Amino acid sequence: MSVATDSDWLGDLLRSTLAAEQSAPESLKALRARALERANALRLPTVRDEEWRFTDLAPLYKGSYLRAASAIAFDAAVVDRIALAESSARLVFCDGHYIAGISNLSTLPANVTVTRSHEALGSLAAIDDDLFAALNTCNFSDAAVIDIARDADCPAPIHVMFVSHQADAASYPRVLIRAATGARVVVLEEHVSSSEGSALVNAVTEIDVAPGATVRHCKLQRQATTQFHFGLISARIGRDATLVSQSITLGARLSRANIHITQAGEGAHCQLDGLAVLGGRQHADTHSTMDHALPHGTSEQLHKCIVDGGARTVFNGKIKVSPRAQLTSAAQQSRNLLLSDRARVDTKPQLEIYADDVKCAHGATVGQLESDELFYLRSRGLSKDAARALLTYGFAAEVIERIAMPSVVKRLRDEVLTRIGKPA
Amino acid sequence: MIVSSAKPLLEVRGLCATVAGVPILKGIDLVVKPGEVHAIMGPNGSGKSTFSKVLAGHPAYEVAAGEVLFEGRDLLTQEAEERARAGVFLGFQYPVEVPGVTNAAFLRLSYNTVQGARGKDELDPLEFDDFVRERMKLLEMDPAFLDRSVNAGFSGGEKKRNEILQMALLEPRLAILDETDSGLDIDALRIVSGGVNHLHTADNAVILVTHYQRLLDHIVPDYVHVMESGRIVKTGGKELARELEARGYDWVTKAAA
Repeated sequence: MSVATDSDWLGDLLRSTLAAEQSAPESLKALRARALERANALRLPTVRDEEWRFTDLAPLYKGSYLRAASAIAFDAAVVDRIALAESSARLVFCDGHYIAGISNLSTLPANVTVTRSHEALGSLAAIDDDLFAALNTCNFSDAAVIDIARDADCPAPIHVMFVSHQADAASYPRVLIRAATGARVVVLEEHVSSSEGSALVNAVTEIDVAPGATVRHCKLQRQATTQFHFGLISARIGRDATLVSQSITLGARLSRANIHITQAGEGAHCQLDGLAVLGGRQHADTHSTMDHALPHGTSEQLHKCIVDGGARTVFNGKIKVSPRAQLTSAAQQSRNLLLSDRARVDTKPQLEIYADDVKCAHGATVGQLESDELFYLRSRGLSKDAARALLTYGFAAEVIERIAMPSVVKRLRDEVLTRIGKPA
Repeated sequence: MIVSSAKPLLEVRGLCATVAGVPILKGIDLVVKPGEVHAIMGPNGSGKSTFSKVLAGHPAYEVAAGEVLFEGRDLLTQEAEERARAGVFLGFQYPVEVPGVTNAAFLRLSYNTVQGARGKDELDPLEFDDFVRERMKLLEMDPAFLDRSVNAGFSGGEKKRNEILQMALLEPRLAILDETDSGLDIDALRIVSGGVNHLHTADNAVILVTHYQRLLDHIVPDYVHVMESGRIVKTGGKELARELEARGYDWVTKAAA
C-alpha cells in the first residue's frame, strides 16, 4: 500500500464537500466557501511543525476517509447505553447527521432553542491557520445550535451525542452554544462509536458566553481505539461570565484537542479541566490557549493524564495575558500518572504575559503510583489490581467529580476503575 | 492475657531483612500466642516499624534470612493481601489518603474481599452500612466519615480511629499497631485504646509498636520487648515499660552491647 500524498489525501476529504451545496443559506455558503479556500491552501501538518512536534499524523494519512454523505441505520442500543437519567433533552447525530427519530427535544426547556444551522456559526472558530477546523467548516452538514435565552436557568444537562458508525468515513460534528446574558446551562457533548472500524471524527465546538452567563460544557470522547478524533473548542467569555469546560479523553487511537478560550469581558472566569485515561497504543494531544484580553479575569486549569501500556500524551498549555489585562489571576496545573515503563508524557506550559500586575502560576508533575499507597490497600485485602485501580481512580477523581452530572460521574468512575490494569 | 497452653499464633525465628540492600532487621525471634498483648519499644531507627511492615508483607523490604509462621503456616511466601485475608492486620503509622474514593466504598470493598476469601458472607451496601455504623460507635466516630474520601483531610487522630475501625471490621487474629498512639490527644488515646481492648479476645493477639509508656497505661501488655539495631535486646513484663519511661533506653542498649 502506498502512502497517499498530501493532495491525494486531502482530495479524498474534499471530494464530496458541501461547499458547493446551493440550497444552504447564504451565510453558510459564504462560510463554507471561505473554509474550502483555506483547506486547499493549508498544508497537512507534520512533526516538523512546532504545534505538531510530538504528534505524528502518519497513521492518519495512511488511511483514506470519505465524508459520510448520510447516516445509515445503526444499533440504537449504543444511544440507550449512554443516555443520561438527568438530561433535559438529547440530540443524536450519526456520522455528523442529525437523527430526529432517536433524539428527544420534547423535554427541552421553553427558554432553550435548538436548531441545525445559524448565521453565528464560524464566528468563534478560527479557520485561517487550522486545517482541521477549516475541513470541518466546509464539510459539516447538521450543526447542534443551542440558544439559551436571557436569564434562563437550565441545570438539567442537554446531551449532544455524536455516534461514529461507518467505517472509513469522515464525519464533522459541529456544536454552537450561545448563552445569552445571565443564562445558565449544562451541556454534555459525547463522542462514541457504534463499530470498531477506522474512522475520522473532526469536531468543532463554539461556545459564546454572554455577560453574566454560566456555561458548563463537558466533552467526553470515548470512541473506538481504531479511530481518530480531532476537536476544536473555541470559546468567548463575556463580562462577569463563567465557563466551566471539561474535556475527558478515553477513546481514539490518536486524538488532538485544540482549545482556545478568550476572556473577552472584564471579570470573566474560566475553569478548564482535562483528563485523559489511555492505554495500549493510544495517543492524545491537547493544545490549549487561555487568552486573558481584559482586566480582572481568572482562570484555573487542571490537566491530568493517566497513561498505561505504550500510550502517550502531549500537553501544551498556553496562557496569554495581554497588556490591558491587569489584575488577571491564572493558574495552570499539569499532573501526570505513568502506569507503565513504556508510557510517555510530554507536557509544556507556555506563558506569554504582557501585563505587570497579574498572578500567574503553573506547575507540572509526572509520577507513578507510590508503593506505600499500594501496600496500604493490599494490606486491607485488596488485590494488586484492585489497589492499582482504586489509586488511579483517586488520581482521576479530582477532575471527574467536578462534572456537574451525577450519572456521568458514576459512569466515569466505573469506567476508570474497570479499565485500569486491563490491556486497552 | 497469657494462656500458656495455647498453640503459637506467630513464630518469628532469626528474621533478617534489608531495604535497598541495607540490613535493618538482624535476627529477630518472637513468639506470640493467642490472647497475648506484646509491646515492642525502642529508640528511633531500631527497626520497629520495619519489623511490622515485614510481617504485613511490604514489598520494599527483602527478607534475607529467618522464618515467620502464622498459625503454623509460612507467612513470608504470601503477598500482603493474602496475609490480610489470613488474619494479619497492620495499623499504619501514616495511613494513606485516597482522594475520590469514599471511606464507605473502601471499607466495604476491603471487608467483602476479606470475607469472601474467608468463605464468609459478603454484605450489600445497605447491610454494610448498618454494620459499619455499629462498629463506628465503638470508636465514637461520626458517620459523616463514611461519605468522606479515605483519610483525605482527616486529622491525625481521625486517621488512627479509621485504622482501628478497619481492624474492627476485618477482625484479624493478629493486629500489629504501628505507633497508633502518635498524634493522639488524651481523649482520642482513650477512645482508640478502648476500641483495641474491646476487640482483643482470648483468641487473637495484639502487637503494639510504640515509643511511649502512655499507650501501655491503656492497653496493658503481657510482654514488653526492647528493640535496638534490628534485634530484640530485652524482654520483660509490663513493668519494663515503666522502667524505660523512667530511665530511657540507654541502660538497656548499653547492657546489651
